Amino acid sequence: MNTEPSTAFLGPVESLGRASLDIVGSLGRFGLFLAQAVAWTFIPPFKFRQLLERVHFIGFRSLSIIILTGAFTGMVLGLQVFLTLVRFGSEAFLGPAVALSLIRELGPVLAALMVTGRAGSALTAEIGIMRITEQIDALTVMALNPVRYLIVPVIVAGFITFPLMTAIFDVVGIFGGYLVGVKLLGLSEGTYFGEMRTFVDMADIMTGFWKSLSFGVIVTWVCTYKGYYTGHGAEGVSRATTQAVVLSSVLILVWDYFLGSVLP
Amino acid sequence: MIRIENLHKAFGDQRVLQGVTLEVPSGEIVIVIGRSGGGKSVFLRHLLGLLQPDSGRILVDDVDITGLRGRALDRVRERYGVVFQGGALFDSMTVFDNVAFPLREKSALSPQEIQDRAEEKLAQVGLAGMGHKDPAEISGGMKKRVAIARALVTEPEIVFFDEPTTGLDPVLVNAIHHLILDLHRKFRFTAIMVSHEIPEIFQIAHRVAMLHDGVIVEAGDPKTIQGSANPVVQQFIRGEIEGPIRAT
Repeated sequence: MNTEPSTAFLGPVESLGRASLDIVGSLGRFGLFLAQAVAWTFIPPFKFRQLLERVHFIGFRSLSIIILTGAFTGMVLGLQVFLTLVRFGSEAFLGPAVALSLIRELGPVLAALMVTGRAGSALTAEIGIMRITEQIDALTVMALNPVRYLIVPVIVAGFITFPLMTAIFDVVGIFGGYLVGVKLLGLSEGTYFGEMRTFVDMADIMTGFWKSLSFGVIVTWVCTYKGYYTGHGAEGVSRATTQAVVLSSVLILVWDYFLGSVLP
Repeated sequence: MIRIENLHKAFGDQRVLQGVTLEVPSGEIVIVIGRSGGGKSVFLRHLLGLLQPDSGRILVDDVDITGLRGRALDRVRERYGVVFQGGALFDSMTVFDNVAFPLREKSALSPQEIQDRAEEKLAQVGLAGMGHKDPAEISGGMKKRVAIARALVTEPEIVFFDEPTTGLDPVLVNAIHHLILDLHRKFRFTAIMVSHEIPEIFQIAHRVAMLHDGVIVEAGDPKTIQGSANPVVQQFIRGEIEGPIRAT
């Protein structure tokens, strides 16, 4: 009789404790995974061929989606910002408004989200399938470190390609805004680009650069981690892929806010 | 010589290995038999260093590998060749590249020597001229052969086979077993195989060990196992439904 209340109380406490330990354990494993990858990045021999393949996969093969989304983002910005500025008689500032929005915020964030959807999900699925078909175990028993062989090239490729993809997104977006603002709505070309030179400075470009660089690490880190520690079978890979895309996207937005508030 | 002493492993409440003890003499083929889901692959993964036991020791030539990590464990693994259950071929590479891969990554051989060695191994498993194909283009039996060629290309001292004939028809099962036997005669490696191909395994094994309820219930040469008085062993090798092993 006396043990009943304590047993009833212990059940949820035990579950809570177990869940907390699982979370702490997962976070620790998540951090160690990146630490291991960073350490192996600087230990030769370097896997240049794998790195080139990953740069091609993450960067070059995302180019069309980056150009497409960049162009339409710039065009929408051009249209909406023009319609707002014209109310205040300030349409001359369309160029800097489009450029600053793209360079500081939309370029890094949208490029990262697009690459996550196209390449991040595929990376998680690929590494996850390698896990469930014992290909990662095969590497391990060949005395080849799978983190060095599979993960490091992806993270380094993310580091290289995300700023480049963002730069392309920004440039295409600025020309998208030009197309709408100058060619369709009649703003002069000199005003669009001239004011941009006045208001956009190096600090804005560096803000976008640091954001894209960190997004490159976040996306490749999350996506490779989820694939590496995928669950069993097709369902496990499917769940890992969904989790990778959702977690990457959420972290991009949270980290964007954080960096936006600390960077000049 | 590989010696496994009192190996224990549990996953949560499920106790998979409960004191496995086994000796694998150098140069012999030892086959571990037992029910599906009975812990054979878990046992093998311990020998490969992919799982750490809760207690017990695994001695590879008197070196206890259970406490080894990193480079020290890799030095032991460099003596291994492994044929995984599904082949574990790298699907981003051709058949030839799969076989050449361990040499490219781990040996100091020249590209020409690597090509010659990989082609020789492919020929030994009956796949000469198939190197250009992707793993997805070849049959299950061919995949097993490629996996065997890849495992043997570095000429390892110890080769592990995790159910190398699962899912193959009886003709192919025999063909793979004879291939393993031929290669063993040629290279004299120590082999540890997990299988439940009965009675075929009795033709190629030097020793057979039966894993049941987390322990080795009987080990010996094929004749000893076939004539065993242990009802568990008898029921298993005869495939009978009635007996101490419950068909669940």
